[in-house]
Amino acid sequence: MRFVPLAAAGLLALSLTACTAGTEAPSLGARPTTTGTGPVAAALPPATLELWHGFSTDAETTAFEEAIAGFTKKYPQIKVTAKKAVQDAQITAAIRGGKAPDVAASFTTDNVAQWCRSGAFQDLTQVIQQDGIDLSVLPEASRSYTEFEGKRCTMPLLADAYGLYYNKALMKGNEPPKTLSELTELTKKLTVRDPDGTIKVAGFIPSFQYYENSPSHLGPMVGAKWYNPDGTSAIGSDPAWKQLLTWQKELVDWYGYDNLDKFRKGLGDEWGSEHPFFEGKVAMAVDGEWRNAMIAADPEAKSMDYGTAPLPVADDKPDLYGSGFTAGTVIGVPKGAKHPQHAWELIKHLTTDTDSLVTLSNALRNVPTTKAAMESPKLAKDDKFATFLDIFAHPKTSTLPASVNSVFNQDAFSTFLIQWEKGAVKDLDAGLAGVDKRINDKLKLSGG
Amino acid sequence: MASTHAVPPRWRRGEGARALLWLAPWIVGVLVFFGYPLLATVYFSFYRYDLFTLEFVGLDNWRYAFADERVYQSARNTLWLVVFMVPAQLLFALGVAQLLTKIKSGAGVLRTIFYLPSLVPAVAGTVAFVYLLNPATGPVNQLLALVGITGPDWFGSAAWAKPSLTLLAVWGVGNTMMIFLAALLDVPRHLYEAAAIDGAGAWRQFRNVTLPTISPVLMFSAITGVIYAVQYFAQAMIASRVASGATDSAGSTFTPGYPDGSLLTLPQHLFHTGFRDWSMGLACVHALLLFAVSMVFTLILLRQFSRAEGES
Repeated sequence: MRFVPLAAAGLLALSLTACTAGTEAPSLGARPTTTGTGPVAAALPPATLELWHGFSTDAETTAFEEAIAGFTKKYPQIKVTAKKAVQDAQITAAIRGGKAPDVAASFTTDNVAQWCRSGAFQDLTQVIQQDGIDLSVLPEASRSYTEFEGKRCTMPLLADAYGLYYNKALMKGNEPPKTLSELTELTKKLTVRDPDGTIKVAGFIPSFQYYENSPSHLGPMVGAKWYNPDGTSAIGSDPAWKQLLTWQKELVDWYGYDNLDKFRKGLGDEWGSEHPFFEGKVAMAVDGEWRNAMIAADPEAKSMDYGTAPLPVADDKPDLYGSGFTAGTVIGVPKGAKHPQHAWELIKHLTTDTDSLVTLSNALRNVPTTKAAMESPKLAKDDKFATFLDIFAHPKTSTLPASVNSVFNQDAFSTFLIQWEKGAVKDLDAGLAGVDKRINDKLKLSGG
Repeated sequence: MASTHAVPPRWRRGEGARALLWLAPWIVGVLVFFGYPLLATVYFSFYRYDLFTLEFVGLDNWRYAFADERVYQSARNTLWLVVFMVPAQLLFALGVAQLLTKIKSGAGVLRTIFYLPSLVPAVAGTVAFVYLLNPATGPVNQLLALVGITGPDWFGSAAWAKPSLTLLAVWGVGNTMMIFLAALLDVPRHLYEAAAIDGAGAWRQFRNVTLPTISPVLMFSAITGVIYAVQYFAQAMIASRVASGATDSAGSTFTPGYPDGSLLTLPQHLFHTGFRDWSMGLACVHALLLFAVSMVFTLILLRQFSRAEGES
């Protein structure tokens, strides 16, 4: 019995420690006013910021650290410690565990809705207004994938834009296609088969399972919408998806699904030097602007004569030509950041300072997000890269809007598309309605 | 009876307290690392829990889980692994161990060769297998082509993906093999001699002497094998991801279970639901279903082995 008081005291001590251990971290929003006339960052007290990002290669991390150095040179009292190759799950876990970094950047936009809705990332709206930042310098699509339900909890750092790459040697003098009919015609013309029917060179691989041919990337060719204004799935009700899928299946069937599947599975790694576009096995392919840098860095592929163009679009929607898909790296201040004001100043610098954006874009060959950066004379742009700048700036360029079930929804649709292209779906309308149901049921479970 | 009552009650109380004290670390461990998580899992299964906020939703997660085709698909895949992969591992390990007991020279080298794959990290082994079994560029299909056989699609085909994983599991069965080898070497020689005198051949000796003697080891391996199969995660996910060639980039996501969901196991579905889709309440339902499945298989095995032991 004499242990009981001791145990009780221990438990009490533990409880008190638990109650008092974590003092509430400062939050962004209530911005301090400065007495001087200089920039706010200059008046901030010394601090060391922790920044987590997803860049992993030496070239990427060096370029990003140079961009950060541009900030720390201006404000030497602020130091930044960067941690590379961080995934979204690590960021979320750190926030939950009370060990959040001051700044976190993500390569995908898939978790933006959850981060905004749950408060895992802090709302930047107030400081953006206080600092008089005009968000109209960002294209509509970039504004869309960085906020959710009125909460802007991230800013776009750099963007990716998707267009068409074509191998000039394999094009046999043809110009890149502008419509889906032209793409079909050219695909048939450029495809080379062995006498036994085996595909040797594919004009264009229409499979949704091929590298960057996700529904998000191909949907803009027909102006397809993912969601209704209330967040429910629009896949079954938007006739554009049916138009895309019907076109795609006809081309798959022209190849023969088994032939195409065998050819696709025999292709090299998307991220290696055996990429089929590098090796001349594919004449035309949908890809991101970053492929230019990969081609330039590959000792064999860099001598390839290729061109870039906007995605071909539905024949009855010529106004879509020039547009495409965009998404990109996002950056924000997690809940629990020790120095949220400093963190915001760094984010503001990285996402709105023209020189910083241009430096980063020139090094990484990603699209800078602001109009000023895109128009900067310092921005290195050849014709191949300029195609993607134009796609990004096009008013009809679209993105995958933020959704609390973003990955689930893409997974549900992609799973259906695999069945569709192999011919296992007999009734397309019913199949698409099934996708809608899966997405909507999950949305309901997630609280709408 | 009298002697039992003769023990002084005061001593018995002291003895009980001491026993409790010695057991305390284990009891605390079970309560903290099993009892609390289990109760918390049941509790969260009735909530919408997005890792940050909680909202009571009653049976919504349970209803959704029982209507979710992916749950059934992943449960079928997990069941397949239990029914085919575990016996294949046990049979192969037992066969190799049995052979090693018969080899007179070079047994040490062979033991090392068969054991080495179990030292290879799961990720490295899986990636290596996917490359070896690549239908177009992998050496296995190229070798098969040399003898006029068109190799299958292996990890690229829904029909062959799980058998390919089974090959990987059988390849890495070194630990079980060593346990079986130790058990086989522990069977008293005189039992074989007696059986031989009675006219028993090799098969009868194996069936009536070896198997009953090593049955506790077999039971242990079968139960741990089943639990391992029910929790099968890393190899299936890596094989799926590498074979699909998919990566998570802007606007492009990996569909778990490639090809056609054939490698989606229940733990993978649980993980994706909880940590990818932020539906931790629903993932808790999956966890409880997984726990129930593990318990059912373990109880069945225990019962079967008890019956077999009773008969022998």
